[in-house]
Amino acid sequence: MTAPQQDTAALTAAVAAPATRPATRVATRHWVLAGTVLVAMVLPLIFQGFVVFQLTQVMIYGLAILGLNLLTGFNGQFSVGHGAFYGLGAYVTAILMQRYGLPYYWTLPCSAVVCFIVGFLFGLPALRLQGLYLALVTFAAAVALPQLLKFHGFEGWTGGVQGIVVDQPDAPAFLHIDADQWLYYFTLAVVLLMFAGAANLVKSRTGRAMMAIRDHEIAAAAMGINAPLYKTLTFGLSALYTGVAGSLGALAVQFVAPDSFSLFLSINFLVGLILGGIGSLPGCLFGGLFVLYVPNIAAEVSRGLAGLIYGVIMLLVIFVMPSGAAGFARLAVAYLSRSRHR
Amino acid sequence: MELLLQQVMAGLANGAIYAGMALSVVMIFLAIDHLNFAQGEMATFSAYVAWQLIDWGIPYWVAFVAVVILSFAGGVAIERVLFKPLHKATIFSQLVAFIALFSILNSADGYIWDYTIKTFPTPFGTRPLFGSDLIDAHEAGMIVVTAVLLGFLYLFFRGTRLGLAMRAAAHNPESARLVGIRVGWMTALGWGIAAAIGGIAGMLIAPVVFLDPNMMFGVLLYGFAGAVMGGLTSPGGAVLGGFAVGVIENLAGTYIPYVGRDLKLTIALLVIVAVLMIRPAGVFGRSSVSRV
Repeated sequence: MTAPQQDTAALTAAVAAPATRPATRVATRHWVLAGTVLVAMVLPLIFQGFVVFQLTQVMIYGLAILGLNLLTGFNGQFSVGHGAFYGLGAYVTAILMQRYGLPYYWTLPCSAVVCFIVGFLFGLPALRLQGLYLALVTFAAAVALPQLLKFHGFEGWTGGVQGIVVDQPDAPAFLHIDADQWLYYFTLAVVLLMFAGAANLVKSRTGRAMMAIRDHEIAAAAMGINAPLYKTLTFGLSALYTGVAGSLGALAVQFVAPDSFSLFLSINFLVGLILGGIGSLPGCLFGGLFVLYVPNIAAEVSRGLAGLIYGVIMLLVIFVMPSGAAGFARLAVAYLSRSRHR
Repeated sequence: MELLLQQVMAGLANGAIYAGMALSVVMIFLAIDHLNFAQGEMATFSAYVAWQLIDWGIPYWVAFVAVVILSFAGGVAIERVLFKPLHKATIFSQLVAFIALFSILNSADGYIWDYTIKTFPTPFGTRPLFGSDLIDAHEAGMIVVTAVLLGFLYLFFRGTRLGLAMRAAAHNPESARLVGIRVGWMTALGWGIAAAIGGIAGMLIAPVVFLDPNMMFGVLLYGFAGAVMGGLTSPGGAVLGGFAVGVIENLAGTYIPYVGRDLKLTIALLVIVAVLMIRPAGVFGRSSVSRV
């Protein structure tokens, strides 16, 4: 099992941002960020209804993919089962809101805590397993979740096959916007907060420890990093991010049912992660865009061949941008700045 | 006791399906060092081709042989066209390629042969065997075919130069290249063999689960599970793992009160995870040691 390790190492070299960034580049980055946030603020005022809902979904998927990215991109652990954490978060929100009458905004911290604990516990067996074997265990979680949710013993909580209908949160009266727009802004705020948290985490001592483990676990341990602790913590944190995304997803879709959280959701997250760019934070949003819009576009081209077209588009993207959108953007920027200097 | 025997036999019958799939999973793993998520879809496609040939009036066994050859060629072609250009790409890019292949084949099945469920003929018949209803002829046939296949593979890998070259190419590509093995073609050959085995598994499974574009999805899960449980580096282990998964699944459904029937898949997976906790490389797998 040396190959994946080498792959990850090569990947890291390719993905790692340059150590010393020129000051101008940093300024440009900030402007790009500010511009993106501004555009994101204005979008729901231009578009209405379904488009706003879709954009909300893009952010939610982006956040879920970010969770997976923390685990895979920054800590080198595989998961083919993050749909399970997404589903868990969604169900925590739905159950707390509809069965216990908790206001929607309080369900997010609850789902964060629950998912963190479950993810942390999940990280314990994951310590013993690597690569494909870990993939199988997470895969098992993704497969088992819908069955557990349908299980008649839990029906009092989960609503069984029927699932739970979730009330859409109303906008505060003084804002004069509709519920879709309100949810969009609410999601935007949560997503910004969590992306900022992730960006800081990655730059911190903890983040460097996570990445050291990804690059070479034995070397990291030799430098005094408590690898098992960081790996399980990262698992928990990753589950937390994806779980909160699931909570937001339940609010946006206003419905949770076991079959919404099938293995295909997990696979979609994985596709979004890889096509967005492993180890890149903005790439997660690209991944969200891709997995939300491209299947729809494929279905519009031809309903019967939707899967085939989606597959071909995936292949094209992978052949054109082997290190995802983020790697592609980095190459493009490097190319442009080089030609400017000439 | 009667019930236990019955459930074990039914489990073995299901297990034969999983074992066939697990075997093809392991084959591809030995050839390329990755799991192929599209394996099940490749098998389904082969089964559809077989159905089409039989539907045109070609005798079963002629169609069978034709499909094995076509699947082999298809597997080699997929490797040459799709995965050879990607062989230096990261494992993640290859993963997306597998998922894309899955999506493409699944969609193509449905488009060409539509989504209605089709019956698939069995060469063995379905009458009960040994005068009891423990196992029918098709199930027994499946078990025999799986065993024969395993025997052939064992002889091929242990007893022929080509088999040795393939093992070398998968185990240590650089060194294998240095001693004159054409590693690229060995990989393609591995894909071909895996596709052919998948095709056989597909044709044997189709009479039981009926032919539809998604028929292999559940089977592939169990196949993966069996392969990983037995050890991804051991074809024999994978076959045993496949049978074990079938038996565990059936026994859990029968004997664990209350939760058994609804959660038998979950329980089977839990058992596998538990096995992996104790033997992280699978029951018969060798854990690989690498120099750091």
